[in-house]
Amino acid sequence: MKTPLLRLDRLGVAFLIVTIGAAALAPVLALVVPRDSAFAMPPYVVALLGKYMCYAILALALDLVWGYCGILSLGHGAFFALGGYAMGMYLMRQIGARGVYANPVLPDFMVFLNWKELPVAWWGFHSFAYASLMVMLVPGVLAFAFGWFAFRSRVTGVYLSIITQALTYALKLAFFRNDFGFGGNNGLTDFKDIVGFNVQSDATRAALFSLSALALALSYLIGRAIVVSKYGKAVIAIRDAESRVRFLGYRVENYKLFVFVVSAVMAGVAGALYVPQVGIINPSEFDPANSIEAVIWVAVGGRGTLVGAALGAVAVNFAKTYFTGAFPEYWLYALGGLFVLVTLFLPKGLVGLLGLRRRAAKPAPPAAASLAQQEEGAR
Amino acid sequence: MSEANKPELTGSLLYLDGVSVSFDGYKALRGLSLALEPGEMRAIIGPNGAGKTTMMDVITGKTRPDEGDVYFEGRHDLTRLDEAEIAELGVGRKFQKPTVFENHTVADNLLLAAKAPRSVFATLFGGAAARESDTVDRILTITRLGDQRQRLAGGLSHGQKQWLEIGMLLAQDPKLLLVDEPVAGMTDAETAATAELLREIARSHSVVVVEHDMAFVRDLGVKVTVLHEGSVLAEGSLDQVSADERVIEVYLGR
Repeated sequence: MKTPLLRLDRLGVAFLIVTIGAAALAPVLALVVPRDSAFAMPPYVVALLGKYMCYAILALALDLVWGYCGILSLGHGAFFALGGYAMGMYLMRQIGARGVYANPVLPDFMVFLNWKELPVAWWGFHSFAYASLMVMLVPGVLAFAFGWFAFRSRVTGVYLSIITQALTYALKLAFFRNDFGFGGNNGLTDFKDIVGFNVQSDATRAALFSLSALALALSYLIGRAIVVSKYGKAVIAIRDAESRVRFLGYRVENYKLFVFVVSAVMAGVAGALYVPQVGIINPSEFDPANSIEAVIWVAVGGRGTLVGAALGAVAVNFAKTYFTGAFPEYWLYALGGLFVLVTLFLPKGLVGLLGLRRRAAKPAPPAAASLAQQEEGAR
Repeated sequence: MSEANKPELTGSLLYLDGVSVSFDGYKALRGLSLALEPGEMRAIIGPNGAGKTTMMDVITGKTRPDEGDVYFEGRHDLTRLDEAEIAELGVGRKFQKPTVFENHTVADNLLLAAKAPRSVFATLFGGAAARESDTVDRILTITRLGDQRQRLAGGLSHGQKQWLEIGMLLAQDPKLLLVDEPVAGMTDAETAATAELLREIARSHSVVVVEHDMAFVRDLGVKVTVLHEGSVLAEGSLDQVSADERVIEVYLGR
């Protein structure tokens, strides 16, 4: 009972089976099964699904703060992008002398800008271990600093949402500038290899997909362990009645800060897994619209469920892939329409739909007549 | 902690002296002074706008007074502490509108309130200790919510929510309970049951009850403080204050 792992519900178990199963199966389907077989997974599908997995992690991270703690972050894409940039910097340093200008230390854009030395921010990024640490540390520290001030000053609701939006927009503008030192408008691209493997090869892509699916499963387990703990109960209580929690003696700002930082780190890891799979990271990843889209994924899937958030991310992005291929000009209308429909008819999202079916199958237990109702009835 | 070693300035559990609060020029409290002895139960009455809720806000750290002193146990200056610190000192508060965690079960509501370490680390890794489950069981019995244990608090009746919130206060095991209009919207039977519950609580705790319902205050049978326009108008037994000319004027004269 005490171990969080044993407190998984059926939905959670199913989710873990699917994600871990996909991680195990994908390399076989992509690499071992012959290309002409009906079961073979073409490389573009591996890349696409890998991307979806990263979005699912971002959605899950967002659900942790929004669905459980009521912090509607409209800037979570910033943490995703920062994790992505940290990974991109590692990948840039791996190019080494194979770049257009063949400079063994400086990435091409620095040579182009006539820089002579590697900026301090880039030091250490030749090491994968250091870059991995930064993938988590940079979003984590930013979230900590942001949350420290915002939650201590008791900024809540739409005001907080607006500041998170401003945060990601400010970062976008900063990263656009060439002299900020991260490749400006063009961002980081032309990656060659990752820990010695060619990023373009089918085997590496399959491995990255599997890692992303496993990271999703792990994020779910961490998120689940958090929300079923007593801490998680307090966080849900903060969402529903913040001042009541304060009068019970809880330091609400610390509770919010912890979940916000964990969520930002998760988003950073998602971004780091995303970048080698799509082959580029540029300032448009900081676009506020991206963060808002992530909020829609969570709403569509069902907020406050973790599994729903991941499901929503995959479902909406699948629809996006299809729509932008079939009717490119209508995608944004479809997305907006979807959001309206879900808000009106499915307040608990896709996962709520599953719950409805299960409830309909089982007869409802007779409601226990309350003492007060009896008394009222007697009067 | 040096706080605990400070000399006691007063023997009162709660001591308010000359407290004034104004909001945008409106004086909610004007030089309010009040002392509550350890173990005492006190009823606060007064017409709307007399400053009852503002007084609660000042004591619990929600509102900072413009001037005046507020001391708890004679050594803790409550005007310098925030809500969580004051709650940790042992001041519990029940809101006017019942405020329970609607998406949690009745048992979880009490578990969150139960006296236990409040740090993020403790709640993340500690889980529920046996002592806390005992507290939950005990309070469920006292508040007659034993049958509702696994029910979501949002599904409780109004009266049950009020009791649950009083139960949450008890689970906190505070030295002082501030109870704001506990019987608002209750049936007569519920009101009587609540009075009994509060008298029971008052045996081992100090309690301040703010209430409009005179029958209920009479039921409690304790010393009464009448507030009017942000300061104390009269103090004494209910019979004494009801005989006071000024109190009659305030209550009936308008």
